[in-house]
Amino acid sequence: MKATRHTDRAYESDLIQLRERLLLMAGRVEDMISRAIKALEQRDAVLARRTIITDRRVNRDEMEIDESCLIILAKRQPMASDLRFIALALKMVVDLERIGDLAVNICERVVDLAERPPLAPYPDIPQMADLVRGMLRDAVDAFVDHDDAKAQSVIDRDDLVDQLYHHTFREILHAMVEAQGHSGVERGIQLQSVCKYLERMADHITNLAEQVIFMVQGKDIRHAGKLDVRGT
Amino acid sequence: MLTERVRSVTPAPPHRGSAIRDVPLPDTAHDPVTFSVQRLSAWFGQQQVLRDVSIEIPGRQVTAIIGPSGCGKSTFIRCLNRMHELVPAARRSGRVLLEGEDIHARTVDPVLLRRRVGMVFQKPNPFPTMSIRDNVLAGLRLTRQLRRSKADAVVERALRQAALWEEVSDRLAQPGIGLSGGQQQRLCIARSLAVEPDVLLMDEPCSALDPIATARIEDLIHALRDEYTIVIVTHNMQQAARVSQRTVFLLMGELVEHGETDQLFTAPRDRRTEDYITGKFG
Repeated sequence: MKATRHTDRAYESDLIQLRERLLLMAGRVEDMISRAIKALEQRDAVLARRTIITDRRVNRDEMEIDESCLIILAKRQPMASDLRFIALALKMVVDLERIGDLAVNICERVVDLAERPPLAPYPDIPQMADLVRGMLRDAVDAFVDHDDAKAQSVIDRDDLVDQLYHHTFREILHAMVEAQGHSGVERGIQLQSVCKYLERMADHITNLAEQVIFMVQGKDIRHAGKLDVRGT
Repeated sequence: MLTERVRSVTPAPPHRGSAIRDVPLPDTAHDPVTFSVQRLSAWFGQQQVLRDVSIEIPGRQVTAIIGPSGCGKSTFIRCLNRMHELVPAARRSGRVLLEGEDIHARTVDPVLLRRRVGMVFQKPNPFPTMSIRDNVLAGLRLTRQLRRSKADAVVERALRQAALWEEVSDRLAQPGIGLSGGQQQRLCIARSLAVEPDVLLMDEPCSALDPIATARIEDLIHALRDEYTIVIVTHNMQQAARVSQRTVFLLMGELVEHGETDQLFTAPRDRRTEDYITGKFG
């Protein structure tokens, strides 16, 4: 069916601007993940520090988008898909901002790790990061294209990230035991934290994808089948 | 959850007996559906304004009718108390059952029907030469004589129900036309309530009122909705979302979608409803 536009062009423009701001913010966050992992792989403390500074811009995005949403709610009283879009935007910025914070957390670990010799090569960490980045890109594409199938594929990939996390966690644990020393344990914990941050990012991206499905279908799929409170 | 609220239809209490024929109805007394509209079409001369509308309107709830100008909203509610037929060259086909009884049956007295299915109009229309008190009693006096003590009780009850008593109790003999616009509208609601209707039809009752007067009318609708079946036509979608439990969307005389208000305004099923309520209509 032919896409329709709002009769009120100023309203249409407000919604387009909000959508563009969300996309810019998501792009910045995706870039932060890439740079955090590159810094980890290349043991580049300078890049890590630069990436930490980028987070200020993401925080500002969050506040500006929140403000835009409140103004639209107050001025336009949106309905139906517009209302769901604003609700999505208000939640999406929280998840994006948290993902940005987690990228900062990774960078902080990189700054520390870069000063010490590497514990062991961990190909699973870049693989996890690639998966997470792909999930974020697809969640954002699903949002842009109103593609609920793509959003569902993002949700499905979260299990894979969880599996990789548990696997990598155990591998690092073995390396810590083999390293036999205070420094090995410390570096191992730092690396395990990096994995945990990536796993948490995937959870936030899963939230985004669930919100996209709500925006497209008007159907709340969160906690599906897990809200039965009997026996609690 | 926002879109999956399940609200059971509250069964209507036994109604007060058929005011259409002034005798109690036998088997339909507990029917929770106040109106059953079946394949209703309506015309003004050659112009068809309603097309084959079928819908059940449940009792003791507020149902909002929304749609663009000329979609047949007002004609629809005017068919519910046979006011449509008062317009020259107007006609209709299909059936309207009020608690199981065909309102167009030959045995039905339209005047008694309109007592049972009252109407409040867009523009407040108190009788200009009558006092506040006489305005409230105007509908009752069409069909019966009242003793003064009984009439006083009716006036107080109706004005209290319409949330107007505190404001006018010391000036009941003054002309109704001297009240503010919002007060006049509540006086018209009191006039409708005085005849103890089962249904109140409201045709854009707030369109001529300021926000405070509108809020009072909406508050009044909330107070009345457990006792009366209310069908309200409104151009204001936020108002429909605020006051009604069910919403009906009409477009070019056709029923496009109807359902729970919470669902219709957050996740409508039909693209045409979506376009209308988000303001994408040309």
